[in-house]
Amino acid sequence: MEGINYAPIWLTLKLSFWTTLILVVVGIPLAYYLAYTKSRLGLFIETLTTLPLVLPPTVLGFYLLLLLGKHGFIGSLWHRLFDRQLVFHFEGIVLASVIYSLPMMVHPLVSGFRSVSRNIIEVSWTLGKSKLETLIRVILPNAKASVLTGLVLSFAHTVGEFGVVLMVGGNIEGETRVISIAIYDAVEAIDYFTAHVYAILLLAFSFLSLALLYGVNRRWNL
Amino acid sequence: MDFDVGEEEFLVILGNSGSGKTTLLRCIAGLESPEEGYIEVGGEVWLDTKRGINLPPQKRGIGFVFQDYALFPNMTVLENILYGMKKRDRVYVIELLKRFGMEALWDKKPDKLSGGQKQRVALLRALVSNPKLLLLDEPLSALDPDLRLNLQKELKDFQKRACITAIMVSHDREEAIRTGDRVVIIQNGKIVEGGKPYKVLTSGQPLLIEKRKDKDRILIILKLDGGFLEVELPKEEL
Repeated sequence: MEGINYAPIWLTLKLSFWTTLILVVVGIPLAYYLAYTKSRLGLFIETLTTLPLVLPPTVLGFYLLLLLGKHGFIGSLWHRLFDRQLVFHFEGIVLASVIYSLPMMVHPLVSGFRSVSRNIIEVSWTLGKSKLETLIRVILPNAKASVLTGLVLSFAHTVGEFGVVLMVGGNIEGETRVISIAIYDAVEAIDYFTAHVYAILLLAFSFLSLALLYGVNRRWNL
Repeated sequence: MDFDVGEEEFLVILGNSGSGKTTLLRCIAGLESPEEGYIEVGGEVWLDTKRGINLPPQKRGIGFVFQDYALFPNMTVLENILYGMKKRDRVYVIELLKRFGMEALWDKKPDKLSGGQKQRVALLRALVSNPKLLLLDEPLSALDPDLRLNLQKELKDFQKRACITAIMVSHDREEAIRTGDRVVIIQNGKIVEGGKPYKVLTSGQPLLIEKRKDKDRILIILKLDGGFLEVELPKEEL
């Protein structure tokens, strides 16, 4: 029985933090476009955004491995810019996590944006406010429950990620070995105590995240 | 459809549901883009489809009051009104609220207000930005009849005091007579009649029951849709 290694815990939190942060920046404009566009391209992008939800993580991980690899489109570009590989590195699993957790952020936001009364958006425009200012001051505050849902689900989903991270990042201590992979390692080594500790941590974290989400949403809806 | 609105005039567009009156108002506001059309306000072209001009609502300088008031649920009464002001002047807004007997409500969210209070806040919010044109989409239709009567008068007084040009769409003939300086009736997207409200809306009937004059007003009592309607008019109207 090994002692508990805290590195996978910190790495998981770091990965979830960066993934959620990037998802906020990418997800809000994407959700805004999807919520209000009437173009057919919107339908295509919405379907594409939902794909990670239904695809097996290994399928997604496999294609991401090809795309982010040294000879892949994104991987080669990254290598040229930073002289560093994306796969088997932290940046690679962040990018993979962003794609994997994209529906967790975008879906609640799209339904939240669509539930905001069209009239209050239009009245803001007639009062001279730009679309960006209307988004920040009217749409987002009136869809705050959806924003919180997106944040919590994205973070919690990334914390529990396994397949995509393993495919893209492998199992490198301090670089890509997140909690879920550490559990897998411990079970393989028949170290059930370590597996238990990590697993209970994940279970407690997921339960508390969801309880917080439902609690706050219930309060806002009252 | 072709019509003009005079400066500081209160024009009522009257029509049944589906007649196209709300769409017309939305086109004037820039919230809808017609395939063809021309809108000019105070010498400034807002829409000219032939020249590809279509100013967005942000640049038109309008005040728009929606049927459901469209107050921002996340903001207080004060914040709702301040939202449209270029220079946020809290003291001025509190003074305005006092004038309407609503100063105690300044920190309340819209869900704590009655229908009449919401309507007043929506109107104040539209007016404090000094719009070139005030557009009203059946702003009183959700209110009960007594309150509606009071607010029709208040709305008209407010518009005259603010010296602002207003266009209101309505399906209520009495409301058109009480508030409008002029009325146009539209059916299926076309203007079928226009003119002084009490003349247009009562034509062809034995209408004028009584006309009373006192110092500065004329009170006429009209028969309309089987009922009686009292309307106050300034002397120059008749």
